[in-house]
Formats: sequence, C-alpha cells, structure tokens
Amino acid sequence: MSATKAPVKKHNGPRESLFSRSGAMLVMAICTFYFLIPIWWLFVAATKDRGDFTSSAPLWFADFNLIDNIVNLANYREGLFFQWMLNSILYAGAGAAVATLFATMMGYALAKYSFRGRETLFNVVLGGVLVPATALALPLFLVFSQVGATNTFWSVFLPSIVSPFGVYLARIYASSSVPDELVEAARIDGSGEVRTFFTVATRLMTPAMVTIFLFQFVTIWNNFFLPLIMLRDEKLFPVTLGLYIWNSQVNQIPEIRAYVIIGALLSIIPLIIAFLSLQRFWRSGLGTGALK
Amino acid sequence: MTTDIAKPATPNKAVTKKIRVKTKATNNRGAVLFFIAPFSVLFSLFYILPILVAIYQSLLTVEREGTFGKPTEVFGGFVQYARVFQDSSFWDSILRVLGFGVVQVPIMLGLALLLALLLDSPLVKGKRFFRLAFFAPYAVPGVIAAVMWGFLYSPNLSPFTAITKEINFLGADLVLWSIANVVTWVFVGYNMIIIYSALLAIPSEIYEAARLDGASQARIAWSIKIPLITPAITLTAIFSIIGTLQLLAEPQVFKSFTSAVTSTYTPNLLIYSTASVPNVNLAAAFSVVLALFTFALSFTVLKFTQRKAD
Repeated sequence: MSATKAPVKKHNGPRESLFSRSGAMLVMAICTFYFLIPIWWLFVAATKDRGDFTSSAPLWFADFNLIDNIVNLANYREGLFFQWMLNSILYAGAGAAVATLFATMMGYALAKYSFRGRETLFNVVLGGVLVPATALALPLFLVFSQVGATNTFWSVFLPSIVSPFGVYLARIYASSSVPDELVEAARIDGSGEVRTFFTVATRLMTPAMVTIFLFQFVTIWNNFFLPLIMLRDEKLFPVTLGLYIWNSQVNQIPEIRAYVIIGALLSIIPLIIAFLSLQRFWRSGLGTGALK
Repeated sequence: MTTDIAKPATPNKAVTKKIRVKTKATNNRGAVLFFIAPFSVLFSLFYILPILVAIYQSLLTVEREGTFGKPTEVFGGFVQYARVFQDSSFWDSILRVLGFGVVQVPIMLGLALLLALLLDSPLVKGKRFFRLAFFAPYAVPGVIAAVMWGFLYSPNLSPFTAITKEINFLGADLVLWSIANVVTWVFVGYNMIIIYSALLAIPSEIYEAARLDGASQARIAWSIKIPLITPAITLTAIFSIIGTLQLLAEPQVFKSFTSAVTSTYTPNLLIYSTASVPNVNLAAAFSVVLALFTFALSFTVLKFTQRKAD
C-alpha cells in the first residue's frame, strides 16, 4: 500500500509550510517521550541491583546487573515466575489459536451460507461483543463452582476460547475477500465444503485470522479478573495475576520489589515479539474491521 | 458506503444467486452445522449460560433461622435488585467511572485521532518508528502498566521526584486521574492503529480535487478524512465506554500503593469484594445491572452515531 501512496506524497510534500511540518514533528517527539519513558525506566531499573535502584539516577544505567537479576528471579521460589510465564503462554497461545479457528469457521459460515436463523445468530453474537469479559467473570465463577471446576486450568482456558469479536471480524472479512465464484469453482471441482474452507478460504482469510489471533492473545494475556476469581493455586497463575500478588506483598517483603520490576519487563517481551513478527498481516486485517 | 459501489448489481447475477442459495440450504446443512457448532456450543456455555445463572442467582436470597442458624437459599424475587438500587456505594462507583470516562475517553480518542491523522499526513517523517513507539504501551498488560506507573508516581522511587514530592499523584484528589493517565497511556496507540488503518483504506484519489483547490492538510483532515472514518471512531468509542465501566485491574493495583482507592472504588471492585464477603446473590445482581448498563450505553452510542452517519 505504501507503493501506491508514495508518489502522491512526494508530489505534495513541498507545499506544506515549514511551520506545520515542525509543529507536527514536535507533537510526535513529545508523544514519543510520553509513551516510551516508562518502558525505558522499567528497562533501566531492571538492570540495577538493589543498592543502585534507590541511589543511582533512575533514567540511566548504573552497574549492569540484568543477567544477575534474571538468575535471581529464576532461583526465587523454584522459578515460580517462569512457571507463570509458561502458563500465560499456554493460556494465551493455545487459547487464541483455538478461538481463531472457531471464530473463523463461524464467521465464514455466516458470510458464505444462508440458513434459517442466520441473522438472529449473528445478532446474538454481536450482542456478545458488547458484553465485556469482566462482567462475565463472576457469572463464570458461579457456573464453574456448580460443577466443582474452579481453580483448574480449564476454568481459565475454556472461557477464553470464545471470541465474538473474532466472529464479527471473520464474517466481514470473508464476505469481502472470499469470492462466491471461487467457492463455487471448488465445489464444481468436487471439493467438499469443509475441505474448501481449509484449503481455499483460510488462505484468503489469513490477515483476518492473524488479527483475531493477536487480539485474542492480548485479551487472554492481559486477562486479570477471571484468573483472580477462579484460581487459588499459584502454580496455575498467569503472569499478570502472579505479579499483582507479588506487588501487593512489597510492603511485607521488600526484596520482592526487584522481582516485580524484572518480572514486569520480561512479561512484556512475548507480546512485543508477537506484534512485531505478525504486523504485516494484522494491519491489513484490522483495516477491514474498522471501516464497516 | 463503499460496498454499494463495489457490488455490481446485474439482474443476471441476482437470479443465479437465488438458485444457488436454494441448493445450498438443502445440500450443505451438514457443513454449516460443522462450521457453526463449535463456536455456538462454547458461546452458549461460556456466555449465555453464565448470564442465565447470574440472573437466577440474583433472584435468590439467603435466609437464616435466627442469627446463627443454617443459611438456606430461597427465591427472593427482586430483593437483591432493591438492594442494588439502594446501595449508594454502587451508584457512587458508577458515577465515578462515568466521570472518569467523560474526561478520559475524549482525551484518549482525540489524541489517537490526532496522531493517526499526523501519521497519515505528508508532514511527518519516520512514520514506522512513531507508529511502533506509540503502539508499544499496548503490549503492556493493564496490571503491569499500573505497577510501573505506581513506581513512577511514588514520592521516593520516581525518576521525577522533583514533581512527585510536590504533587501527590496517589492522594484522594488525584488518584482517579492518575489511573486515567495509565489507561490513556496503554490505549492511545491501540485506538490510533484502528483509526490509522481506516485512513489507509481511503483511496487517495478522493483527496485529488481538494488538493487542486489548494486545501491545507488540516482542511483535508477535517472535511474529508474525519467524516469517512466515523465508523472506526465509533468502534473505538464503544470499546472505550465498555472498558471504562469495567475498570478493575488498574485501581486494584493502586490499592496497594495508596489507601485512597477503596474496595468499592469502581463497580467491578465492588462486585469482587461483595462476592468475596461472600454475598454471591448481591454480587450477581450487581453484575447483571452493570452488564445491562454497559450494554445500553454502548448500544445508544452505536445507534446515535449510525443515525448521524446516515
């Protein structure tokens, strides 16, 4: 898309005054400072030992102890923190993958087949988009406690594989990017409906699927209320809940503060990797969802 | 808007389509079922069923024989709802998050819109860097962001002690707006990306005439771009409203930094503390009322902006 836009920009570039140009860049610079300083601070703080943390300049490095800090964190309580990271990756990675598959199938069916009750079904799902996840946390707890399944892996995992927003996005994307003619052609070639979906449609819907995956991944990774309500066993905690618990113990156990800081830094990295490596897909997928 | 132009409405096609639909409905029932069953079952189990259970629970009430008698759950009708409507801390918390939203949402969306428009204009160099820089906070979970900012606000540990020693960001007067800053920090980039994607999808020929007339970038943004991306802005507004009413992680974290945040500070905090008392029936009633409230507000915004767009 930048290829088509570039010549236009070059053409009208010089017309803008120096004044509005520098004004724009000033806004960008101030915002960069605002958005990045806290992350920079976190990174710098994570490289300091406990003495330097309070005595040295907060926004610049003292002795570089990042590796030592990570080793200490790994040794603290038998690597509980890394258990939490692993849990989060499992909840969010596997959860988002399953959610994406089911939402895409549902959205594809809503876009490409007409069947009785289709619109009603879609409207119910849309209603689900407006019901926020936190409002469901307590009711979900009630359901899981009825069957005695609270404080299990499944009590956090299963609810997070439902993505109504994913269905909405998949439907919009399927109707605009999977041509009926192509589905028809596959049908004439003797391909079954399910096979057509997995071999033809999923390929065309990749940007939408990556978008759904990423957003569900972030939603699950950031989810806090559901595990807070469901889980008692700290071995099952996702990293957000674990760090929250540690942070609330800082007053009683002062040395834990260092673990909270280094843990916070480490907990950001998987999401940044996911976004950077998948961004060329999800940005085009997002454009579709936002326009309609 | 754009789909109308894109769809070639030849009568021939409409006829074939109709025939095709007919055969589909008869032949593909199995496939349709295969596609919709997994989601529908899970949606029923983890969206609809919990809502029904919450409604059911909210209609029960606990009765005891005497003060120390065995508690039994009996049907109480709207007893819990009567309590909800008389509970001043619930309405205080709703008013608090509404006041929060009235200030925070326009600031956040205004900033997101401004940054998206600047990124889309020819005024800015280094777009890739800025896009990533502004979006980076979205990779920070709300809980972690609150922990970080908690340190940044603290009078002793902050890198900005010159400011934090003078102004108490964690005091009762300011803590709500300190939380607003955390939420803004995390979500500006997310909203900016949604708006920016919508801007990229506008074909650039649309600007041609305006540019020939000598319209400035600001004028093009105001008169052409913003009206065209109203749906994207609506979407971000609805998600923001939902987010505001559901505020939980940030105030929950701030509770450990300051006593100014109480256990009834936001509706969700109140629900959590009520449920852990435990008074599950009252908490369920709170949940139902809050969900209805959120739903009504989002729906109103959606309808209101749609009518305006037509």
